[in-house]
Amino acid sequence: MSDLLKMSLVEARDGLRAKAFSSTELTRAASAAIGQARALNAFVVETPDVALDMAAASDAKLARGEGGALEGVPLGIKDLFCTKGVQTTAGSHILEGFRPPYESTITAKLWTAGGVMLGKLNMDEFAMGSSNETSYFGPAINPWRRGNSETKLVPGGSSGGSAAAVAADLCFGATATDTGGSIRQPASVTGTVGIKPTYGRCSRWGVVAFASSLDQAGPMTRSVKDCAVMLREMCGYDPKDSTSVNIEVPDFEKACDGVVKGMRIGVPREYRIDGVPEEIDALWDQGIAWLKEAGAEIVDVSLPHTKYALPAYYIVAPAEASSNLARYDGVRYGLRVEGKDLTEMYENTRAAGFGREVQRRILIGTYVLSAGYYDAYYIKAQKVRTLIAEDFRKAFEKCDALLTPASPSPAFGIGEKANDPISMYLNDVYTVTVNLAGLPGIAVPAGISRDGLPLGLQLIGRAFDEETLFRAGAAIEKAAGFTARPQKWWTA
Amino acid sequence: MSEAVKTRGKLIQGESGPWEVVIGLEVHAQVLSKAKLFSGASTEFGGAPNSHVSLVDAGMPGMLPVINDFCVEQAVRTGLGLQAQINKVSVFDRKNYFYADLPQGYQISQYKQPIVGEGEVHVDLPAGESVTVRIERLHLEQDAGKSLHDQDPHFTFVDLNRSGVALMEIVSKPDMRSADEAAAYLKKLREILRYLGTCDGNMDEGSMRADVNVSVCRVGGYEKFIETGSFEYLGTRCEIKNVNSMRFVAQAIEYESRRQVEVLESGRAIDQETRLFDNKSGVTRPMRSKEEAHDYRYFPDPDLLPLELDDAFIERIRLSLPELPDAKKARFVSQYGLSPYDATVLTAERETAEFYESVAKDRDAKAAANWVTGDFFASLNRDNKAIAESPVSAAALGELIDLIADGTISGKIAKDVFVIMYETSGMPRAIVEERGLRQVTDTGAIAKAIDDVIDSNPQKVEELLKKPKLIGWFVGEVMKRTQGKANPQAVNELLRAKLGDRIGS
Amino acid sequence: MSVDEKVVRRVARLARLAIPEERLAPMAAELNGILQWVAQLDELDTNDVEPMTSVRPMPLPRRKDVVTDGFYAEDIVKNAPRTEDNYFLVPKVVE
Repeated sequence: MSDLLKMSLVEARDGLRAKAFSSTELTRAASAAIGQARALNAFVVETPDVALDMAAASDAKLARGEGGALEGVPLGIKDLFCTKGVQTTAGSHILEGFRPPYESTITAKLWTAGGVMLGKLNMDEFAMGSSNETSYFGPAINPWRRGNSETKLVPGGSSGGSAAAVAADLCFGATATDTGGSIRQPASVTGTVGIKPTYGRCSRWGVVAFASSLDQAGPMTRSVKDCAVMLREMCGYDPKDSTSVNIEVPDFEKACDGVVKGMRIGVPREYRIDGVPEEIDALWDQGIAWLKEAGAEIVDVSLPHTKYALPAYYIVAPAEASSNLARYDGVRYGLRVEGKDLTEMYENTRAAGFGREVQRRILIGTYVLSAGYYDAYYIKAQKVRTLIAEDFRKAFEKCDALLTPASPSPAFGIGEKANDPISMYLNDVYTVTVNLAGLPGIAVPAGISRDGLPLGLQLIGRAFDEETLFRAGAAIEKAAGFTARPQKWWTA
Repeated sequence: MSEAVKTRGKLIQGESGPWEVVIGLEVHAQVLSKAKLFSGASTEFGGAPNSHVSLVDAGMPGMLPVINDFCVEQAVRTGLGLQAQINKVSVFDRKNYFYADLPQGYQISQYKQPIVGEGEVHVDLPAGESVTVRIERLHLEQDAGKSLHDQDPHFTFVDLNRSGVALMEIVSKPDMRSADEAAAYLKKLREILRYLGTCDGNMDEGSMRADVNVSVCRVGGYEKFIETGSFEYLGTRCEIKNVNSMRFVAQAIEYESRRQVEVLESGRAIDQETRLFDNKSGVTRPMRSKEEAHDYRYFPDPDLLPLELDDAFIERIRLSLPELPDAKKARFVSQYGLSPYDATVLTAERETAEFYESVAKDRDAKAAANWVTGDFFASLNRDNKAIAESPVSAAALGELIDLIADGTISGKIAKDVFVIMYETSGMPRAIVEERGLRQVTDTGAIAKAIDDVIDSNPQKVEELLKKPKLIGWFVGEVMKRTQGKANPQAVNELLRAKLGDRIGS
Repeated sequence: MSVDEKVVRRVARLARLAIPEERLAPMAAELNGILQWVAQLDELDTNDVEPMTSVRPMPLPRRKDVVTDGFYAEDIVKNAPRTEDNYFLVPKVVE
């Protein structure tokens, strides 16, 4: 049965169409695997009954030779996506018990395409974190271990549950979101593929907001082609999101041919960062060599404002978050802790409902927007964003995509970085520039660290040129021949 | 600024000398749209609690705003009506604060870059004076929900039906110098909005309310402010929130300005604060929930993009603007020869002006004005009816004036006919025919009546020699005998012909 | 621009977060750490740079003035901790 779950999403899709197995079989297998993998804490809500109903409906369609692009394929949903009638918490105590009376645009599109919902995936609270440790529901655990060590490792974050579930073969794909690297960094440390599409590709309607100008949803899967297939179903213009871009969605699957001959790949010199483990740079060099061998032209480029990206991000993201999270006030949904008056009720509710990292970011965001500091911080950071976007624009005059590392280290142990916010923030050092500029970026597994942990590489593209990323990503995937799987230590 | 502005205004006589009052208004006018500013929920007044609420208006997680094009158009239309600059790029900001009826925890408003910039309003004062109030800006923003505090001893009830309704905040410069001026400005602004059709101006339902900024300063302070533009010459201001009638605006200013003078004369300072006007007691008091110092942390709403307007959009709206009260009033004076007073009254509402113009068309314009502002308005006012509800149509009133003009009825009979028209919605010609009210112009019949009066009152005929004014008594008697239908002019002429030699001089 | 306990208290009040007295000093230290780190941006001269106003340059989409939403008060209040007759209830407010 578990062999069924080892298939790629594309294999599952094709097998369902060929009636090699039914969606009900796949779904039962997945739900059973999830039930046995609670040690990973990847799911915060399991919806086996919903899944079986959806699978039965898919089987009926498949039997008639009908169905969408993902008909019958079991998927996991990051708990940031509102799902009608199914608890949606964003990993926070403050939303515990919240059952949205609506479905996010993206999940609705996935269900229309035939996807089957297995449950809701763990994540850092309000997507604020790089290790899943800020989740109110406890950290999700990385299926990968350092050799035979039993040390529990983080699956990255904020989409840690999505990464863990995909890496552990609990689902064929998962939705995720990326505000500063929350798809690509967990993908990198769990040996999975994740793409953050261009800002405006995927609708934000019904996705709990963290930082509106940076948030973008995308898929996490076990292969580049899976990622392309799933992304296509998630994308598309949504008139309910004013920042959604009305542009045609290409057939990304067709782009996954790995043909990079003549493609110009930029290598940004500022991404060689002091203090990063040597194996990270070594893997990067390996990736450069692979693409060169495959016929790509390697171009040296400069992104001079790279070092200012994280500081700018830690102004803009908390500022937007402080405002986006003001709605959690104990009046209309979620937690309420009474007080002697309205103000005290607000203060008690929010103090009890938000975890420490979220509170820290709300305070930073409130501070940088407050009178007298707005220009020095917020406006300054938005100017730096302009400079960073301009860096990319110039680089893309010389190349078609950029190749960089995806994370500055392999998965680290739970609690190892918990006491130092800034060292935690540095996990996004390679990914955050992409969010600030609104560009697409993909993380592809490329190698194994000295400790036996997966490591990924990142490709960054021009706005709306995800196809180039899938093409080059497929080339890396093919060259790397990454087939390692985590030992299945978690089965109950 | 004209000399008149510097020196006008009512002074308050304090114990230490006279004080000037300076007033600025921030008027919140609800945009006349079907749906809300950023959601598709209805703006209709008086729905069941939380029924006119979308997920967006309730601030549900993951909900996003999408702007209503018509609200943008209405803001531009209003800006053009206020002779204001239209900003081709404007930005929506979040104004962050916590309140029970503010579900998102912020209000989407416009802060640094509003959709409309500086403009002006010409305000007519009762004494026949006219002043210009400068408009600083107009911006679009969301309304908040409604808190009901009197439903329960322990809880406030929150209804979000108003949450997200589009408002235009129209901010004046501190150009008003008395309660009367502020009330007249508000009245004129309401007129313009109603002409434009951008706001219904219904203050009872809250579709128009004013925040009133009041300060007092020593005589001459305002002039220095106008010269230098520096607010240091004005006193510390207090803002009276959400005043919802013109009368209350005037009362609140009267009270507040006197309060400030008393505070200052007792040697204390005015606290810059937000106050509430209690319309039962007529006093203002500090608003408790606003005591805290505010820091709204405005920043551009990342869920929206800058709003860009092109010239074609603005021109299309400009071309569709109706004639506004000032232009219409001027035209009524020149085209119809009306007094400025009558022109003002007849142009106060677009419907009134339209009604008047269709009555006056091809008729005696002054007679039409007299009828509309006279018996017609008196009847409507008595019954508290709008023109749209009038039982007398413009065509009917016009026909009545025609009947007088062609001598079919006298002016006096016309008043009786009007009463019947108002009661029955009938047309005057038919009423006159049915009820036999046609004026008697047959000189034979009138002559007979005159002979009867003369014959039966020889005594009066004698007296006529000494008291020529007694002729009026004869006219009255003749009218009585003809049930008022005799043409008064004909009666006069015939009487003079018959009794001419007997009338003394 | 150093943050002290007083500033933390003021900012926490603005953000409606109850912070226990003993957390004020550690929180001030944490915030200072982050603010000093982001102060690297001061190295950059940005006088002639426009702040980013939209991630992707495009016109703001506008919808038609049509009522397409609402009329589901039960759904609106369904998740609320305290309601009565489809109203939300909050502790009594004195204006």
